[in-house]
Amino acid sequence: MTSYLITGAQPYGEDATDLLLRDGMILAVGAEAVQRSAEQTDLTTLDGEGLIVLPGMVDLHTHLREPGREDAETVETGTRAAALGGFTAVHAMANSSPVADTAGVVEQVHRLGLQAGWSEVYPVGAVTVGLKGEKLAELGAMAESSAQVRMFSDDGHCVADPQLMRRALEYVKSIDGFVAQHAQDPSLTAWGTANAAQMNEGEVSAVLGLPGWPAVAEEAIIARDVLLAQHVGARLHICHVSTAGSVEIIRWAKERGISVTAEVTPHHLLLTDELVRSYDPVYKVNPPLRTQKDVEALRAGLADGTIDVIGTDHAPHPTQDKECEWVQAAMGMTGLETALSVVQHAMVDTGLIGWRRFAEVTSQRPAQIYGHAHQGRPIAAGEPANLILVDPTAVREVRPDAHASKGRNSPFRGLQLPGQVRATFLSGHPVVLDGALATPISSQAGLPGRTGDSRP
Amino acid sequence: MVNTTPETSQVMSAADIERALTRIAHEIVETHRGVEDLVILGIPRRGVPLAKRLGEKLARIDSAFDPAAALGALDITMYRDDLRAHSARTPEPTEVPARGVDGATVVLVDDVLYSGRTVRAALDALSGIGRPEAVRLAVLVDRGHRQLPIRADHVGKNIPTSRDERVSVRLHGIDEVPPEDESVIITRGPAGGTA
Amino acid sequence: MSLKHLLSTADLSYADALAILDTAEEMDAVSQREVKKLPTLRGRTVVNLFYEDSTRTRVSFEAAAKRLSADVVNFSAKGSSVSKGESLKDTVQTLGAMGADAIVIRHSASGAAAQLAASDWTEAAVVNAGDGTHEHPTQALLDALTLRRGWSAAHGSNPRGADLTGMKVLIVGDILHSRVARSNIWLLNTLGAQVSLVAPATLLPVGIDSWPVTVYYSLDEALAAAPDAVMMLRIQAERMGGAYFPNSAEYTRRWGLTDERLAVVEQLRLGNTDSQVLILHPGPMNRGVEISAAAADSALSRITEQVSHGVSVRMAVLHLLLTGAKA
Repeated sequence: MTSYLITGAQPYGEDATDLLLRDGMILAVGAEAVQRSAEQTDLTTLDGEGLIVLPGMVDLHTHLREPGREDAETVETGTRAAALGGFTAVHAMANSSPVADTAGVVEQVHRLGLQAGWSEVYPVGAVTVGLKGEKLAELGAMAESSAQVRMFSDDGHCVADPQLMRRALEYVKSIDGFVAQHAQDPSLTAWGTANAAQMNEGEVSAVLGLPGWPAVAEEAIIARDVLLAQHVGARLHICHVSTAGSVEIIRWAKERGISVTAEVTPHHLLLTDELVRSYDPVYKVNPPLRTQKDVEALRAGLADGTIDVIGTDHAPHPTQDKECEWVQAAMGMTGLETALSVVQHAMVDTGLIGWRRFAEVTSQRPAQIYGHAHQGRPIAAGEPANLILVDPTAVREVRPDAHASKGRNSPFRGLQLPGQVRATFLSGHPVVLDGALATPISSQAGLPGRTGDSRP
Repeated sequence: MVNTTPETSQVMSAADIERALTRIAHEIVETHRGVEDLVILGIPRRGVPLAKRLGEKLARIDSAFDPAAALGALDITMYRDDLRAHSARTPEPTEVPARGVDGATVVLVDDVLYSGRTVRAALDALSGIGRPEAVRLAVLVDRGHRQLPIRADHVGKNIPTSRDERVSVRLHGIDEVPPEDESVIITRGPAGGTA
Repeated sequence: MSLKHLLSTADLSYADALAILDTAEEMDAVSQREVKKLPTLRGRTVVNLFYEDSTRTRVSFEAAAKRLSADVVNFSAKGSSVSKGESLKDTVQTLGAMGADAIVIRHSASGAAAQLAASDWTEAAVVNAGDGTHEHPTQALLDALTLRRGWSAAHGSNPRGADLTGMKVLIVGDILHSRVARSNIWLLNTLGAQVSLVAPATLLPVGIDSWPVTVYYSLDEALAAAPDAVMMLRIQAERMGGAYFPNSAEYTRRWGLTDERLAVVEQLRLGNTDSQVLILHPGPMNRGVEISAAAADSALSRITEQVSHGVSVRMAVLHLLLTGAKA
């Protein structure tokens, strides 16, 4: 089995050191790494000078589209994109076809992830049958399946019925799980009607004549749900927080000791509804792009800990679903392969956070929220070797046609963004080297520390 | 001799222009045997002030000529055959005397006669307005190089030119010149154009 | 004139707006002649691509194109391959392959015309004939032509080259869903008019604070401010279900141009002149709802003039977009 010696790289962008990886673990750090590298029979040395070492990123919010929409993405192509983007674990949302609301579907997605071997894949179970918001799905069966689902979400749809949401929050306590809410009041956004909300409601929607998606439709649900979570003593996670008001409500809830965590997407940290003036559906997403004031509040919330994690909401769509009239276009943007660059650009290069905090929001906290013991770990001897090497000085133009994802719907197309993942180690195996895909871990038979089944 | 820089020379002065218009006015009355059923239409832009001045002279020659009832303007923008080659133009007003043009002798007035295409367009424009008894053409300058079988009935001055020369008529009220500095100028050389 | 497409009045410059209105004046003169045809667009093809039924607008564009001697192809989404699911892209590429020089598009989706113009699906000039609840620029231009004529006539001046500086225009009704209102607000503002809006708050968009307008909730208050023109908007039947206002009777009482309010309007004067003010409506009207029959048929009404000005304005737009050197 190959050992890897990474020389002169900087954990969290701090002092340069050497790392020795073997058997899926970080064997040694610093002088000991070089000493013990002499013992290795099969050693590959990587020059890490100028590169930052970070824990492998963990995305709690990914759409892999399989089963059902393999024309948009597959587990194979989606996890290739994940590996290139620096993610060692992704969580596949339940809105596949069929919906991941049974043990059978979540086991299929989990198995496809293991077979692909580019990144760990954890299926998210639907909260309600068929995402219809009417009755609870078989949450216990999904938890007990081989996929061991802990996270449940109707993402794409809000669990709007307050009584049903209360029951879901209560029920998942018994299986040590949590509910991730897509906060959107369906009535305030005319959901499912011909006048469904199309973009942020405000100055731009007024001019463009597109039905508005008011901030209050998100904020009202978050306010309700944090109170419900408090009442029943359950854990609540809020997906893709998009408004300044939501940040305020979550801050208030955390101050009261409510067990709520929150996620923000890279695109909501950078883009605003001004882009919709082009009517280019590549900017159509749910929740919609908001205003500069919201962007500033989200950045501040992520910096001060109100918002816990980055979630990509990677949502690939076939070209024809975006090459049409705005109101008919699909909602969503790709994000796995641009997340690190966008967050570096919006948060690190602006001085709002350092690489330590970056590691928290992209790896440590999402792993903790889900309960992964082997992801989001410190960079230290004896820890699992889920790591990435990042060149923070690289500047590249975003070219969606060069992405590994099947989706070409990147709103960052044409932007010059900083930061490149040079290598991704999944359980000590380099799935990405020199910024390009190497080999999947599934090609390494019988690897110890293989993590699909290593959860405590 | 090959010119490499633009070179200009004046071929008509303000007094020349005035004399030419006076002569044309007399010719028109003579040819038409009076001023009855005579309609004078200027082709924008410079044909319009020229027509107005002809009208004043006609009234002086024969008081039966009423400029208010017999003068007008005929825009040809929409009838041009080179609309795709030039940047889009806002048409100038077409003003037809209240009597219309049916049965009248219409004298079209323009500054420079060159290819004849403007006059062709003017004849088309005129046919959209009515059916004159006769149409005549008066121009201040005929510079030759006709591309259509068209000739002027009244010419202020024949000026032989080459194709790379540009003929510029500068009139008070349209161009920024005082009445005494009105002129016709020829520009030779690389800056020469198609006017 | 540097315009390649006409998509919105928001991006129409003052100079281009005046060029269109001045050209429309000449086109209007042609429409008064016995021979109403010009050879200007001989050999060019104008496609009317209508995804929404609007016989009035289509007929107006068709008449405009034909008076300029263009070949006209009418393509209606109903009963065509579009109703079988063909995409806008494929339809437009097909029309492009047929040699369309201009595509006049009417679509229920806001932004459809802008998307077409921004795409590489066609080289044709794109004219927005109404997109969803976004804009309807030719309607605003014909309204401006009507207003300018009324303003100039009252002042005894020549409309050509004039703008609407000093004119106070009141727009009444469903601003939220009205493409006519949006196009009018931007254009009238560009031309120097002062624009006021009056509507129930449910029919005014969030974000209107940044618009260059004065907003009223009461039509009586708005009329007390002595507008020079009152533009009534059609109230769509689907808004009357109780979602935006209780019912049509209450709407008429509060925001309708009733006989009683007509009497008030008849007392108003245009600027400092002795002339009466103008009443406009883009049609089709709901008589007895937003406008009483007496108001629609009164001497103040410019509604039939608006229709004839529609042809002139559309001739002007097609002329200015389709003639001239292409970059």
